[in-house]
Amino acid sequence: MIKNFIKLEWKSFLRSASFGSNVVMKIFMVLGALYFMAIFLLLGFASYPLLQDSGLPPFPTVNKYLIYFFVLDLVVRYFLQKMPVLNIKPLLVLPISRSKIVNYCLGKTAVSFFNWVHIFFFVPFSIMLIKNNFNTLEVFTWMIGMFFIVYINNFINVLINNKDVVFYSVVATVGLLGVAQYYQWFDVTLYTAPFFESFYHKPYMVLFPLLLIALLYYFAYQYFASNLNLDEGLASKSEIAKTEDFTFLDQFGTLGTFLKNDIRMLKRNKRSRTTLIMSVLFVFYGLLFYTNSIEAYNNPAMRAFAGIFVSGGFLFTFGQFVPSWDSAYYQLMMSQNIQYKDYLASKWWLMVIGTVLSTILASFYLYFGLETYLLIVVGAIFNIGVNSHLVMLGGAFVKTPIDLSSSKQAFGDKQAFNLKTLLISLPKLVLPMALYALGYYLFSPNIGLLFVALAGVLGFAFKDYVFTKIESIYKTEKYSTIASYKQKN
Amino acid sequence: MIQVNNLSKTYNNGVQVLNIENLEIPKGQSFGLVGNNGAGKTTFFSLLLDLIQPSTGKILNNGIQVNTSESWKPFTSAFIDESFLIGYLTAEEYFYFIGDLRKQNKADVDALLQKHEEFFNGEILNKKKYLRDLSKGNQKKVGIIATLIGNPEVVILDEPFANLDPTTVSRLKKIIKELTQSKNTTVLISSHDLMHTVEVCERIVALHLGQVVKDIQSTSETLQELESFFAV
Repeated sequence: MIKNFIKLEWKSFLRSASFGSNVVMKIFMVLGALYFMAIFLLLGFASYPLLQDSGLPPFPTVNKYLIYFFVLDLVVRYFLQKMPVLNIKPLLVLPISRSKIVNYCLGKTAVSFFNWVHIFFFVPFSIMLIKNNFNTLEVFTWMIGMFFIVYINNFINVLINNKDVVFYSVVATVGLLGVAQYYQWFDVTLYTAPFFESFYHKPYMVLFPLLLIALLYYFAYQYFASNLNLDEGLASKSEIAKTEDFTFLDQFGTLGTFLKNDIRMLKRNKRSRTTLIMSVLFVFYGLLFYTNSIEAYNNPAMRAFAGIFVSGGFLFTFGQFVPSWDSAYYQLMMSQNIQYKDYLASKWWLMVIGTVLSTILASFYLYFGLETYLLIVVGAIFNIGVNSHLVMLGGAFVKTPIDLSSSKQAFGDKQAFNLKTLLISLPKLVLPMALYALGYYLFSPNIGLLFVALAGVLGFAFKDYVFTKIESIYKTEKYSTIASYKQKN
Repeated sequence: MIQVNNLSKTYNNGVQVLNIENLEIPKGQSFGLVGNNGAGKTTFFSLLLDLIQPSTGKILNNGIQVNTSESWKPFTSAFIDESFLIGYLTAEEYFYFIGDLRKQNKADVDALLQKHEEFFNGEILNKKKYLRDLSKGNQKKVGIIATLIGNPEVVILDEPFANLDPTTVSRLKKIIKELTQSKNTTVLISSHDLMHTVEVCERIVALHLGQVVKDIQSTSETLQELESFFAV
């Protein structure tokens, strides 16, 4: 039976429609995983001597901070680790016992990357302990204890998945404890550190987390088994809908009609909401550059780069998927009485609005001086004038259908934040960087700003020409776009 | 109203899925397309809506060749499947959106919705649900009524009777009959259901493996004739 499950799993991986197009993404994911493995390995070997050098007793110090480490682990899991409930539906009516399905699903979470990556820290750290004359057997039980706690986290995550209230209150409590410790009001580690250390001093203590795992497994099992019905655990949740008219947009005619729709689209779908969050994060990206905290970023070209990114987060993340945002109902759009010009214009205006809002939001950069904020403003001008056209031009060729309803898990194969598309957008950054650097070194920083702004205004003058161009691309690509949007992920 | 000449669709693998030499649908006719799965019904409608490209031949809609000009769009409306619905809108928002595209104001749309309140059976309007959360049958109701917005001259419905409950089916048949009574609206329907199709359509065309195998005006004997044709 297990063999069959695994076969299904393998096929669903190989045959998913997004497999081919997402190979790049997968490679980045593997690279990311390797990176974390390497970091953990390095930490495992190096933390002992490093802590010793800074005059801290290594083993107690590690035990002291383990509580935060494990909570962080839980946070990462909560956002990234996938729950195994997806493909159960077709199995329900087949002659497979429910307990088998549930056991398989829970078992699947046990082999997740988020569990075994910890080996790369705890094993080398234990080796270092033994090398430094710690008792071998007791180090071993300590290590086993740690792995048990990793699995406790695994099953806690299974249980609290999609229970935001529980999750956020746990995280908030631990966060407050951290703050309390920092200001020396109350030190929770005084209580937790001895617990973690007890696996070393009293080996029989490992039975305690083992018992906890068994309990959690039991609860998770009960929870899944009792919710394995179409109207409970497997039911798709539906939100309470509210009709929104946005009547103030009516004055813009057809443009307003599309704008209304786009605003609703951004508000009501998980996937597009992720995009909004990403664009807010981009606003803060500039902090890395303007605080001079990273030496390599401390030059005019990189500062112009940040200016583009701070104001253009929304433009980049939203713009490259025009018209894929409408992929689910593209056939409707193509058979309705729609002028491409209006359709494109509404997307363009949305990007302009997004850029202007980001720029206003970024006004706190004035703290770093007027020069810094001006960089962001000219970045916005360049984004509106030039980059808005470039992303739409690129988007016309992107034929990946977007599943709007998917993805709480923003990373991974759900393609909410796609490194590939980020790479495509790099050229859009090089031009303003070069222009600014040119003006900066040849004349003065202000001339550099002027160069970038002028390029933006110049690009704006070509708006109609570019729109006609994109329109003709849309027309020639129409049939193949419809065909590829029909393939679901 | 609709003229088809030498129309064929062949896919890259050499399989011909549709081949219609000549077909003419006069204005105001209620036209039923029947056939088994894979007979080419949806392919024909997709070609009619310029959603796929014909391999040979052309379709004229009111004298306009559909794959070269877009001016057939203002007077043509269609509901093929759920991909004609916008999942994240409520039913009302969807109707107004289509209304806006068809240059109808809110009052026009409201009047139409009022008229079809019975058809909705109290399950569509003011339900605080997005279209994606409606059942298949209710989604279909929304899609069908949306095609009537703006008094189109050509209405295309693919499998309108499927997924609907018996009461709704008979209400839908009434709506279709009313539509064609005035002889201003050409209605094209495809279906597996011979009985329903014969009841609402003046003319039935049967497709088999992409070819027109029957083209008859429906009379009291039509149903029997069709049933014996498809009974193999």
